[in-house]
Amino acid sequence: MVRVDGNGGSQSLIRVRGLNKTYSRGGEKIQVLQGLNLDVDKGDFVAFMGPSGSGKTTLLNLLGGLDVPSAGSITVAGDEITHMSGSKLTQWRARHVGFIFQMYNLIPVLTAYQNVELPLLLTKLSGSERRKHVETALGVVGLADRMRLYPRQLSGGQEQRVTIARAIVSDPTFLLCDEPTGDLDRKSADEIMALIEELVAKYGKTVLMVTHDPVVAARAHTTLHLEKGVLVEGTASSRQSVLAGGAA
Amino acid sequence: MKFRRLILANLFRKKIRLILTIGSFAVALFLFAFLGVVRGAFNRGADVAGADRLVVIDRVSIINLIPLKYRDQILQIPGVKCITHNNWFGGVYQDEKNFFPQFVIDPENQRQVFPELVVPDDQWNNFVKDRQGAIAGARTAERFHWKIGDRIPIKTTLYGGGSWEFILDGIYHGQRPENDETQFWFQWDYFEERIPQAIKGQIGWYVLRVNSPDDAVRVAKAIDAKFANSPNETKTETESAFAAGWVKQFGNIQFLILTIGSVVFFTLLLVTGNTMAISVRERTSELAVLKAIGFSGRAVLFFILAESLVIALAGGVLGLSLALLAVPALAKALNGMLPQLVLEPSILVVGLFAALAVGIASGILPGLGAMRMRVVNALRRV
Ligand SMILES: Nc1ncnc2c1ncn2[C@@H]1O[C@H](COP(=O)(O)OP(=O)(O)O)[C@@H](O)[C@H]1O
Ligand SMILES: [Mg+2]
Repeated sequence: MVRVDGNGGSQSLIRVRGLNKTYSRGGEKIQVLQGLNLDVDKGDFVAFMGPSGSGKTTLLNLLGGLDVPSAGSITVAGDEITHMSGSKLTQWRARHVGFIFQMYNLIPVLTAYQNVELPLLLTKLSGSERRKHVETALGVVGLADRMRLYPRQLSGGQEQRVTIARAIVSDPTFLLCDEPTGDLDRKSADEIMALIEELVAKYGKTVLMVTHDPVVAARAHTTLHLEKGVLVEGTASSRQSVLAGGAA
Repeated sequence: MKFRRLILANLFRKKIRLILTIGSFAVALFLFAFLGVVRGAFNRGADVAGADRLVVIDRVSIINLIPLKYRDQILQIPGVKCITHNNWFGGVYQDEKNFFPQFVIDPENQRQVFPELVVPDDQWNNFVKDRQGAIAGARTAERFHWKIGDRIPIKTTLYGGGSWEFILDGIYHGQRPENDETQFWFQWDYFEERIPQAIKGQIGWYVLRVNSPDDAVRVAKAIDAKFANSPNETKTETESAFAAGWVKQFGNIQFLILTIGSVVFFTLLLVTGNTMAISVRERTSELAVLKAIGFSGRAVLFFILAESLVIALAGGVLGLSLALLAVPALAKALNGMLPQLVLEPSILVVGLFAALAVGIASGILPGLGAMRMRVVNALRRV
């Protein structure tokens, strides 16, 4: 169950209450998030939509512990991350969050295998255990036969698959995707979305995804809209945009 | 270490840049070692000087002669243990470029005053008996492939000119590697016999030993006081002060070398610091991703410092190894013009530490920047 009214139970995997984020730019304050509430259960697949500049990336960064809110709380699997110190938050990210960004953000001088291995270097796993995990993750994304290649030798879609393998290799609590298909053509985008759907359906992953593509958003269980600093469930205007996107 | 591959991969990101940066370190460290060797060569005299040895020269100039008869008066001063006297001969063996210093010595006392220059007793005894005899330092003997018994003609334009013939009776070795093994000695009696009447009984300088280094200052003052207001006033110094003064004739070498060395390292710091800054800046988003997936700021700082240290170490070792190869070759090419070119281990150690210090200094600012960089800002930029 996904709720945005702040009335979710304590069993929610992710619980956000009264989240505020204010940026100041040249003395002027910009309120991006204003008392946002969200509850997400394990295994949910949520898409966030909203016009450019509405705060989608800001929300994702806060949920992923990359940024701290101006007010409010975020609790993940019982841990309140909003009060963690910088280094604790870094450790928390390594354990609980898998990031998939729009730009594939692979290290160009490392092979696909070595890129996927990176998060495991922060664990106590032995070399052979790491190898097992990396090969499994690359198998899930269908790139087991490409692991010795460097990012520049891969297509955009393949690069994004490596990013996904890197995000899931340490079996994090949830995945955060910021426009994961934003840089891909339709066909590659469909393949990536099929992969993310599989992660949710087959492996029970919890996925929170930002997109401005209604076709992509339609793959999620729930689509939420960011309007005036809070999340709202599907509105008439958004349903229209889904139709418009589908007709285009 | 499991991060080795990440650090190495980053190092080899731009191969040309890597080679150039390592090259800068190598050139700087080579130069550093070379300057150290030259400085050492100039300072060696002062380093090997006996603390209990004094040198007495003419007050006006070392090229002025002083009377031999001062010797007995100096010996009367309490604290003086033994004394010898030398003249500069300044002759040429076969060719101008075969330079080595020739000293006229006082065979009776030379060995007491310079015990560190060792001649086997049988050779020395032959030398003392042989009016035309000579003793050569091991390096000079080796340089010209002289053997005991060889006849050695030395031409001079001084002392009436002509060619003087000597017979090599012995070879001396220094007790320490720093000792000068290039000198050529022959007998005062033979010298005095052949020189013009006007300069007979005149020596170039005295070298004497005192009973204890504590006596040195007092004895030096007593000697100069004794000959004050005489036609040949003297200047008496410890041997190390004398050697330092000798070096000063060539200008302020110490200052020159320090200045060049500092400029070299400062330039190296600018070059490598700038290179590291560029190299870190162009992968800001990658570093941000590393931090996003859970690498700490300290880990990122460590990676960057490791990179700059590996570069510094590689370049430093390369430059110093080249110096190790080049210095002996250079010493040979210089043909013993300078006393001894030695690349001492201390130069290598100091050079390596200096290289590592530059490595840290050049990596620290970009590294701290990357450590403090906020992931969200860095990712927003792309
Ligand atoms: N570091 C920042 N400083 C100032 N303003 C920011 C900063 N980050 C984001 N903003 C502003 O916050 C708003 C939301 O940005 P963002 O979360 O990136 O929106 P979206 O991802 O929905 O396009 C935008 O108006 C943006 O300009
Ligand atoms: Mg965005």
